[in-house]
Amino acid sequence: MRIPPKYTQALAVTVLGAATVFTVVVLVFIIVFVLSKGLPGINGEFLFSAPKDMGRAGGIFPTLVGTVLLPLMAIAIALPLGVGTAVYLTEYTRETRLTQVLRFGTDCLAGIPSILFGLFGFIFFVVMLKMGWCLLSGGLTLAIMVLPTIIRTSEEAIRAVPNSYREVSFSLGATRWETVLKVVLPNALPGIVTGVMLGIGRSIGETAAVIFTAGSALRMPASAFDSVRTMSVHFYILAREGISNEKAYATAAVLIISVLLVNLAAYSMMHRFIARRSR
Amino acid sequence: MNAEWAIKIAAHDFRVFHGQEESLRGITLNIPANRILGVIGPSGSGKTTFLRALNRLNDLAPATHIDGQVLLDGQDIYHPSFNVVTLRKRVGMLFALPVALPMSIFENVVYGPRLSGVRNRKRLEEIVETSLKAAFLWDEVKDRLTMSGLRLSGGQQQRLCLARVLAMEELEVILLDEPCSGLDPISTAKIEEALTILKAKYTIILVTNNTKQAARVADETAFFLMGDMVEHGPTEKIFTVPDDQRTNDYVTGRFG
Repeated sequence: MRIPPKYTQALAVTVLGAATVFTVVVLVFIIVFVLSKGLPGINGEFLFSAPKDMGRAGGIFPTLVGTVLLPLMAIAIALPLGVGTAVYLTEYTRETRLTQVLRFGTDCLAGIPSILFGLFGFIFFVVMLKMGWCLLSGGLTLAIMVLPTIIRTSEEAIRAVPNSYREVSFSLGATRWETVLKVVLPNALPGIVTGVMLGIGRSIGETAAVIFTAGSALRMPASAFDSVRTMSVHFYILAREGISNEKAYATAAVLIISVLLVNLAAYSMMHRFIARRSR
Repeated sequence: MNAEWAIKIAAHDFRVFHGQEESLRGITLNIPANRILGVIGPSGSGKTTFLRALNRLNDLAPATHIDGQVLLDGQDIYHPSFNVVTLRKRVGMLFALPVALPMSIFENVVYGPRLSGVRNRKRLEEIVETSLKAAFLWDEVKDRLTMSGLRLSGGQQQRLCLARVLAMEELEVILLDEPCSGLDPISTAKIEEALTILKAKYTIILVTNNTKQAARVADETAFFLMGDMVEHGPTEKIFTVPDDQRTNDYVTGRFG
């Protein structure tokens, strides 16, 4: 029996539309739920004062600082390594069995559960290198975690730069490095930024790997060798140990808003950069 | 051939292989300085391969190797000690499709000079003005040099590309790979006019699918067919009394 196209069409529109509506509704529900529970607890004092009594009272300032510093350190390490690897793989090597194996390897790494990176960071940085639970251990671990994402997105972005741009650059007497610097990277930048944003998102949201490597101290970090607690970890501990639901939701609300702001800032910067080059 | 013109580029039994395939089968050709050499022939005849070999852009393609010699001012450009970056600054290339880089008109033009280390703002501005004037684009863009090169029309972009080549202070030879294939007649005329003026200063090699264009602007013409050079001589001779029957058939439009 064959269903008339008129009905399959109507069915497709309904099913696809329903999927979209469902996704958006769930997302909006989560955000509204967290914000409605958390927003009332947010004020200047909450944002800029130290927590008291394990977080039952007071603010979240040290965790705010940790949330900024840890992903920043992770990206500062992963960005040059990742973009460097991507440039090397695309511009300096021909497609061989080795590059295919490397690419497959990075794809596999990107899918590994973060707890394994945490375990590795704990054993290698914290214990073997005797670095202890600290900002640096956590930053290095998160860097390794987001590296595959940054490599793959940068590689795709670099591949998408038209070959004719490279030819023009070479024909004007540029070396490969000058071509990479002046033509390839500027044109691949939007894609690279997307990869970095994904990496920042993953590191801000990470809990397991952070607890394993950066610890969860509630003090203000004074150096890279101090333990830090990020907002995600703070939220996890407040909620998991039943310390304060009210403070946990307020922390979550701050977390959502800051991720949103970081994304907005990055995309508006990128947009301005693209516009400047094509106007 | 023309005793009064110095030889700028000399190819001796020059061959290019793409993998197993021999794309150029032993080209021997003397290219005189300060003249326009037209290279004509049907597609797949090796014209573009020959042109790209002259500034070693073929090096970028995988599995390409060469045999024989190409001499620029008597020096073998494929010799290991010959600097390929210097070569490309002396031998500039204009591609079939105009490729303005996604940056301002100004930055497009000074791309080469900046690589050569020109930093002085005033000097760069002079270079931009002279090059754009020589490419017949100055009057159209002088008030909007900071605008992106991508916003120019196709014909303007190709003249921008010509200006970008002319901006290189080391430039001696200009290679053109069917530079007018996508252009309207007016833009084509502007490019051709620029070329006839530029030959006083440069050696010009023009690959074209348009035999009429070769007849209009070239001093000498070489006819390529399936990787061989069939005939080379003064343009009037090639187009009126060629030695080879195949040349005659091609220029009169009997095949190709």
